[in-house]
Order: sequence, then C-alpha cells, then structure tokens
Amino acid sequence: MANNHHAAPAPVGGSLVNAVTLTCFVFIAMMAAVLIVRFLFGLGAVTGLNDGYPWGIWVVVDVIIGSAFACGGFSVAMLVYIFNRGEYHPLVRPALLASLFGYTLAAAGVIFDLGRWWNVWNMFWPGSINPNSVMFEVAVCITLYVIVMWIEFSPAFLEQMGKNDARRKVGRAMFFFIALGTVLPMMHQSSLGTLLVVMGVQIHPLWQTPVLPLLYLLTAITMGYAVVLFESCLTSSAYRRRIEMHMLTPLAKVMLGFLAVFLVVRIGDIVVRGVLGKAFVPSVEALMFWLEMACFIAPLMLIGAESNRRNPARLFLAGVLLMLGGALMRLNGFLIGYETGDGFSYFPTLAEVLVTAGMFAVEVLGYIIITRRFPVLPREDVQPAH
Amino acid sequence: MGTRRDFLKGFLASGAVATAGVVSAPTLARETRPRPPEALGLLYDATLCVGCKACVAACKTANNNPAEFSTVDHLWDTPLDTSGYTFNLIKMYRNGTMEVKDQEANGYAFMKTSCMHCGDPSCVSACPVSAMTKDPETGVVGYNPDKCIGCRYCVAACPFGIPKYQYDSPTGRIGKCELCRHRHKDGHYSACAEVCPTGATLFGRTEDLLAEAKRRLAHKPGQPMKIPRGRLRHAQEKQLAGKEDGKGAKMRHGWRDEPDQTYEAPAGKYLQHVYGEKEYGGTQVLKLSGVNFAKVGMPDLPPDAAAAMSETIQHTLYGNLIMPFAVLGAMTWVAKRNVKPDDDSDKEGS
Repeated sequence: MANNHHAAPAPVGGSLVNAVTLTCFVFIAMMAAVLIVRFLFGLGAVTGLNDGYPWGIWVVVDVIIGSAFACGGFSVAMLVYIFNRGEYHPLVRPALLASLFGYTLAAAGVIFDLGRWWNVWNMFWPGSINPNSVMFEVAVCITLYVIVMWIEFSPAFLEQMGKNDARRKVGRAMFFFIALGTVLPMMHQSSLGTLLVVMGVQIHPLWQTPVLPLLYLLTAITMGYAVVLFESCLTSSAYRRRIEMHMLTPLAKVMLGFLAVFLVVRIGDIVVRGVLGKAFVPSVEALMFWLEMACFIAPLMLIGAESNRRNPARLFLAGVLLMLGGALMRLNGFLIGYETGDGFSYFPTLAEVLVTAGMFAVEVLGYIIITRRFPVLPREDVQPAH
Repeated sequence: MGTRRDFLKGFLASGAVATAGVVSAPTLARETRPRPPEALGLLYDATLCVGCKACVAACKTANNNPAEFSTVDHLWDTPLDTSGYTFNLIKMYRNGTMEVKDQEANGYAFMKTSCMHCGDPSCVSACPVSAMTKDPETGVVGYNPDKCIGCRYCVAACPFGIPKYQYDSPTGRIGKCELCRHRHKDGHYSACAEVCPTGATLFGRTEDLLAEAKRRLAHKPGQPMKIPRGRLRHAQEKQLAGKEDGKGAKMRHGWRDEPDQTYEAPAGKYLQHVYGEKEYGGTQVLKLSGVNFAKVGMPDLPPDAAAAMSETIQHTLYGNLIMPFAVLGAMTWVAKRNVKPDDDSDKEGS
C-alpha cells in the first residue's frame, strides 16, 4: 500500500508579485496581442506557415512537445499507484500540477492554430467524427485526460476550500480516475507518434516507422520523469527548499530503465528496416538524428552509475538532456524530417515564438500561484519519516 | 508490503498494452483500398498538352476562385502553384536549350497539378471530423467547409501536396479539386476537361481512362492515333443512361449531349508508365508523360497507401476500444489495491 509517511502538502505562501510573475505577465500580454491579430486577420498574418509546412511550432512545440513535457504527472502517478512505489508520493501533486497546466494549455493552444476553430465541436459530434483518424483519437483522449487531471488534482483545491465532504467523495472514486489517468496518456502519447504514419514517404525514413506509437510512448514516459527531475531541482532552488534527493536518485534509475528499453527499440527498428545508412549521409537530417541520439545516450553516461545519481547537478543535466532528446525526436519527425516537395521552407516568426513563450509564461505563473496558495508541495518543516 | 509483487503486477498490466498490440496486429490489418468500380477521374496526357492553361482559367471560374498574381503588374491570373484559391495548375518542366517537347534533356514538358482522387486517400483518413470524404460511388474526394476545423492535417498528409489552406483569411478554408462534383447534377463534368482543346485532360470513368491510357501506350511514337476530347464515353453508356441502379437511384450518366470530337494525331513518345495506375494502390486521376514523372513533380510512391498502415495501427490499438478497456480494467484493479480512499488526508500525508 502507498502509505509511507511523508510530509503533507502545504501552500508555500509568500507574495505573488515578484520579478518572475511580472515577467510572465509581460509575456502573456505580448501573446494576447499576437493572438488578437491572428484571430482578426488569419494565420498567415502572424505565422510563417505555408502549404509545405502546414504545422509550425504552435502544433509541434506547444502541443506535441508540450504535452510530452507534461507527462510528469502520468509517469509519477503510474509509478506510485500502478507500480505501488509509495515512496514517491510527495512528487505526485507537484508533477500533476505541472501536467495539468501543460495539458490544459496544449488543449487551449490548439484553438489558436485551428483555422476554423468555431467548428471544433465536430470533433465530438457523433455525426462528424472519423474513428479512422489518428487526430480524432488524440483530440478525444487529450480532452478526456485534461478533465481527468482536474479531478485528480481537485483534492488540493477542495482541501484548501475546506470542503472535506466533497474531497472524501472524490477520494473514494480516485482509484478509477488514477487508472484512467494512466491509460489516456498512454493512448494519446503513442498516437501523437502515429500522426506521422499517414504522411508516408514525406517523412524521412529515420522518423517514419510502424513502431512510432511505441517510440513516442516510451519517450513520453522518460520525458515525464526527466521533467520531474528538472522541476524538483528548479523548485527547490527557487523556493530555497531541500532537493528531494532521496526520491530523485531512485526515480532516475526508473527513468534510465525506460530509456534503455527505448534505445533498444529505436536502434533495433532502424537496423531492422535497413535505414541505418541514412544516418551517415551528410545531411541536415543525419546531423539532427545524431544530435537527438546524443541527448538520449549522454544521460546513460552522466548518471549510469549509482554514485552519480546522488549528484543533483548531474540529475538535473540528465533530465534536461532527456527532455531535449524527446523534444528533438518530435521536432525532427514533424518538421526537420518532413519534406513535401521543393520550394517550401518554414522558420517560426517572432510572433509565433511570442505565443509559445506566452503559453510557457502562463504555465510558470499558474504553477507559482497555485503552489504558493494551494497545498501542492510537501510541507518543509516536517521531516519525512524515512 | 509485497511491493515487489505489486510492482510486477503493474508491470505486467502495462506490458499487456504492447503485447496485445503485436499479437492482434495481423487480424486487424487493413489492405490498401482499391478505387470504387464506378470511380470517375481524369486522364492527363502530357504529350497532348500545349500549355494553354484554358483548364486553369476554367477551374477558377467553375470554383468561383479569385485570380492570384505573381507578376508586378497584376494583369491576369498567374499562380505559381496550387493554393487555397487555385485548384488546378499546369506547370512547366524546362531543361537546357528546351528544344524538344516531352524530352528530358534539352527539352520541356507540361504537367497538370490537381487532386489525384486517390483510391485510398490520406487526407480522408487523416481528417478527424469527416470534412474530407470519399464518395462511395464516384470516388470523388470532396470537402465540406461546414465541418472542417482547419487543423490542416490533410495538407500535411497528402503526398501530392494537394489540399491547401487559405492562410490569408481569418475564416480560411481548405481548397482542392473536387472534380467539379457540384456541376455533375447539371450534366457538366470537370471544367478542365470540358475546355481542354486537345483532349490532354480527358474526363471519364477511371476504368475506361486506364484502358484508354494503355491503348495510347501501345502506339509507336508518330503512329496515327485517335484522340477523344472532353469526356471519354463509356462502352455501355447508352444502355445504362437513366436506368435504375436497383437501389432506387438513377444511374449516373446524365451527362450533357456533346458532339463526338475525337480527332487523329501522331502518338507521342510515351514512358511506358501510367502514373496513378498503381501508386498508393491506384488513383482516379491518371497521367501519361514523356519525361520521368519524378522530374515533373509527381512523387515516387509505393503501391500501398499510407492510410492503410495508419489505420491498421490505429485499429489494432483501439479497434472497438477493446484494448483501452482491457488496459483500463487492469489499471483500475491495480490502482484500487494501491490507492487508499483517504490517500490525501492531511494528518498522514499519503
């Protein structure tokens, strides 16, 4: 049973007005300005999108990479509740919060990119849905998962509002939402990879394979743990709290396990399909492939040894590298390795970058407000029982 | 605490996802879909094309599309590629001195760019809201802007780069050739074929067009060859026209009467390849050319449609939601054991 004794979560407290929150606010304001232009004059007015590159960073970074970064909640919840590793329980709420923001914003951000957003209800209308479409599966799963995560996180709000009856009621059904909260991300994170399959020969062979769903699922899990390492280190440093090494060190080992499985599948698939040679053709794609591989392999060297996993700096760096590796795999598949014909090029405009930055700012601001006002992070003054 | 045992259980439960996927794959594999038997399409014969672009202009009119300019003076419609406002375009291949038509070296050639109306279209498979559909009878790939959410997955999915989006509009639509299906009810067929002076673009049933293409390929270059213009008549057309099809609908042959405009000309120097016969399992628009298809912008495509692979994966994993529910059941069972109802009580922590 997951009943190891830990410090209960408590609000961090403190002021909500500081340099970080004000910076976030400025970025959010700039995003709003860009979005006004986008909705009044169309996608072409602010983005570098064209018919050769119909998807830019709003899709690839904000949604595809962003939602993978938001897999911390899923990865940790799976570890704690499915693999029954209660010792990681204090990581659940903060990880879930980051996921909640990541996913809610990814889902909201999709609207900015939809050219005919007022028709979006067709995605859920029985007369319109297309179950053959990978995107339909992704959209429905992500929507459900956002709802499930808000329910999973609701005890933190209900607790703060003193609604203990409601909290207990939610608590009794929580096991089901936790189960849903592991199945739904497995479904859509794998499907985010399957999105590429229908693009066929337009995707470079290094990133076009029938095992895409497995590759995307495995990296979503490693990115989830990597984000937890990253966040824990960052939160500890920002709030001047102790780094939770007693949890992060073994967590990193779990992460490396998933990473090892991923590398076997990834390299095995490339060899079996006979496209390894493509990685040695002098090209941007090959360069990006090796950069991606380096990000996946370097963590094995950095924190492969148990003693190295006790070093917070190494953990942090390994986490960042794995986040980068997963992000590069997605960027390479969807943009760098995507070729639809001559004469097209895409580079994000400043306006596109401002929106992506603004979304990130919303996440950071939300995380700060909620951790300072709601019980998310473990109470500092209580010593853990072990 | 039995932690290791529970860990194993959790591991087995989640491992079931991958295993079930691999095991059930062959049973749900979906083959590439062939064209419907009564599929309509076009045959474009590059050796007959004179590059007059009457088809481009007629397409604009038929689809009520605005002119697009690529010259400074903005005198007339000069699109450089198909777009959200240009569904059909004749492109030119040029090499060296450009002396000989339909010759790869030191030659030139024309190529029509428009929707191929795939037998198993990627855009239809990709579209999450069924805005892109394939008519079960005519096989025409049509677009419904009232359902479209503008996600542009179809744009990304199409290997021919055909669906295009109107980026300059806050209410932009996808634009693509729909084989003038909106004109069929008035007895009109595709405007591009209707106006083509040389019969380079010919409208008809794809099956008939394929036979016509093969008939042409059997000619030696320069040999006199009969060339139909406009619409290729179906062999049994007279008998079929207007008759019930057994399902209460009239057979679809109410095309307008036109004089037979077949003429005779020397056969071109063809590559022995009907593009679209086998590509992606077969398309409804077929093409003949004297210059290598890859050189004139038609991609090398495998005989299996990407949509078949995509849907095989999709339905292997999610067919009838069997796997998701199986995994959810396993997860719920494990979570029920591991989650205490009072898990987040403030007294105890976890």
